Amino acid sequence: MSEPILQVRDLVKHFPVQQGIVFKKTIGHVRAVDGVSFDLNRGETLGIVGESGCGKSTLAQVLMRLEQPTSGRALFEGVDMFGKKSASQLRQLRRDMQIVLQDPYTSLNPRKTVGDIVGEPFEIHPEVAPKGDRQRRVQELLDTVGLNPEHVRRYPHQFSGGQRQRIGIARALALKPKVIVCDEPVSALDVSIQAQVMNLLGDLQSEFGLSYIFIAHDLGVVRHLSDRVGVMYLGKMVENGTEDQIYEHPQHPYTQALLSSVPVPDPSVRDRREAIRLTGDVPSPANPPSGCRFRTRCWKAQDICAEQEPELAVRRDGGRVDLELADGHPSACHFAERHEHVVS
Amino acid sequence: MSATDDSTGGSSESRLLEVEDLHVEFRTREATANVLNGVGYHVDAGETLAVLGESGSGKSVTAQTVMGILDTPPGFVTKGAIRYRGEELLSATEDRRRGLRGENMAMIFQDALSALNPVYTVGFQIAEQFRFRRGMSRKDAMAKAAEMLDLVKIPNAKQRVKEFPHQFSGGMRQRAMIAMSLALDPDLLIADEPTTALDVTVQAQIMDLLDELRRERGMGLILITHDLGVVAEVADRIAVMYAGRVVEESDAESLYKRPAHPYTEGLMESIPRLDQKGEQLASIKGLPPNLANIPEGCPFHPRCHRATDECRRKVPELLELRPGRYSACHFAEELISSE
Repeated sequence: MSEPILQVRDLVKHFPVQQGIVFKKTIGHVRAVDGVSFDLNRGETLGIVGESGCGKSTLAQVLMRLEQPTSGRALFEGVDMFGKKSASQLRQLRRDMQIVLQDPYTSLNPRKTVGDIVGEPFEIHPEVAPKGDRQRRVQELLDTVGLNPEHVRRYPHQFSGGQRQRIGIARALALKPKVIVCDEPVSALDVSIQAQVMNLLGDLQSEFGLSYIFIAHDLGVVRHLSDRVGVMYLGKMVENGTEDQIYEHPQHPYTQALLSSVPVPDPSVRDRREAIRLTGDVPSPANPPSGCRFRTRCWKAQDICAEQEPELAVRRDGGRVDLELADGHPSACHFAERHEHVVS
Repeated sequence: MSATDDSTGGSSESRLLEVEDLHVEFRTREATANVLNGVGYHVDAGETLAVLGESGSGKSVTAQTVMGILDTPPGFVTKGAIRYRGEELLSATEDRRRGLRGENMAMIFQDALSALNPVYTVGFQIAEQFRFRRGMSRKDAMAKAAEMLDLVKIPNAKQRVKEFPHQFSGGMRQRAMIAMSLALDPDLLIADEPTTALDVTVQAQIMDLLDELRRERGMGLILITHDLGVVAEVADRIAVMYAGRVVEESDAESLYKRPAHPYTEGLMESIPRLDQKGEQLASIKGLPPNLANIPEGCPFHPRCHRATDECRRKVPELLELRPGRYSACHFAEELISSE
């Protein structure tokens, strides 16, 4: 792989919790994203998985600068993303990074035609497609994502969910971005339609050399599209590695439990799979547990887990940090352990 | 495993529910949508039947019709029969059907938050049934409600009965709803997408709980879902629905090993697997049909890679190919015997 196109370091986003009607007083913070670091290489897909409330969507919003981060750094092609920027610098940045949103029903303006929706980015970035050329570009884009180019005058309600998601993808592609953040792009779709959209995303990646940050809660979907995968829990990245490392040799107990919980569509393995069942729910990110955030649901938890927060680092069995173990991938657990055969 | 030997005509002791040739249409000012076009399935005591299908396939409408909670209008039953332990329900009085609900058959829904009443405590809502159906006092009913919450493994049940739905997490709300549905000890439980809104770790807990309760109580369970993974984990038998019909019915193992309908086959190939990384998913082309305008012949033919002229003309019947295996496809025999 080539050099990273996007480097994220210690990204933090806290939302204040306020009380009072006239005199607002901040009484705490929801620590949605709490120190996340990763690299995205050119042309690859980084999958981010986690349950609801783990901060994966907030991460997407911060990366798109739809939310200002509380602290942390991100370099896009070596340029600091969050520093002070002139309007034109910010515009350039937005040209290179686009987002596809989860809900194809609310992410398209119902009063605009498909042509207007897909062509709108050109209003802001006229340099990409000169005015006379726009209609043709829009139709080209619709064709690229597998929609009928004749339908430019239709409205979103005339399309099905899968088709709408294609419109969202066409809009994201309009400015020829380098990175597309996909925030749960297929979770609202039926299985047969989901497969169509996933195939489309794969095809577009090889055609345009795109890099994806692919956020989803469905572990099967993430494995299918991702080269590398990061697992998040309560605002922290608890493990990251290649698709093979995460799914075949997960080290963090949370990753193991998550993989074990996913039902496998094959009745013949029904009783042969190891069932790791977590108890209880994810704690509130406004008041996360001390030390390791997973310890309240972890079967390995000991005193050290409450006292000391495990850092995301390459570990050897038994939890000893050993940076010389070059083929290992980082996980954030004091008792990280290789675990095979969780998925099959 | 289940007893699946006899199917359509059977009326053995254990046959709980039988749905036969059910037709439901939704009439609106613009058009009439044929939502169910001859659905048939049955459930025996103690078995889990999974009803599998995508949105609009009619799986929930069938369940609502069985429970007698179909909104009329717009929904009208135009044909068919529903028998609970041999008793015809469609011609039964509303009183009788109301008597059956809760007592004999119960249903849980996908979205527990909107199924629970936000202004009453969880305990009150469970206790209601004991008060009105069993004539218990408030205090006794509340104690029974706490027992029910305990049964579904909600920790600290005695305190929790006094809390409101918004104070419960998503998983706990679903547990509370299960507790409510089982309060009067029904022998048929219909679970309509019970875990779709939940995270996987919680989903696994809830499915384990449902399976355990079914086993303990010998209930028949109809599990409505679109998730082929969940189905594979718990189902004894599976009915696959498409455009208001059952297009394939089979025991779970054989269905996954060798689907006998191209739609089922397509679904299986569409799911990204957790245990292997594939290159391209074999997706089903096109979209499900508009129910106001279902294509002639086999409703699946515009999306089917095998479709021939016969498929465009003639609706294939649901036929038994092997004992307990049914498929509604002109090529079913070919599919089932292919290697």
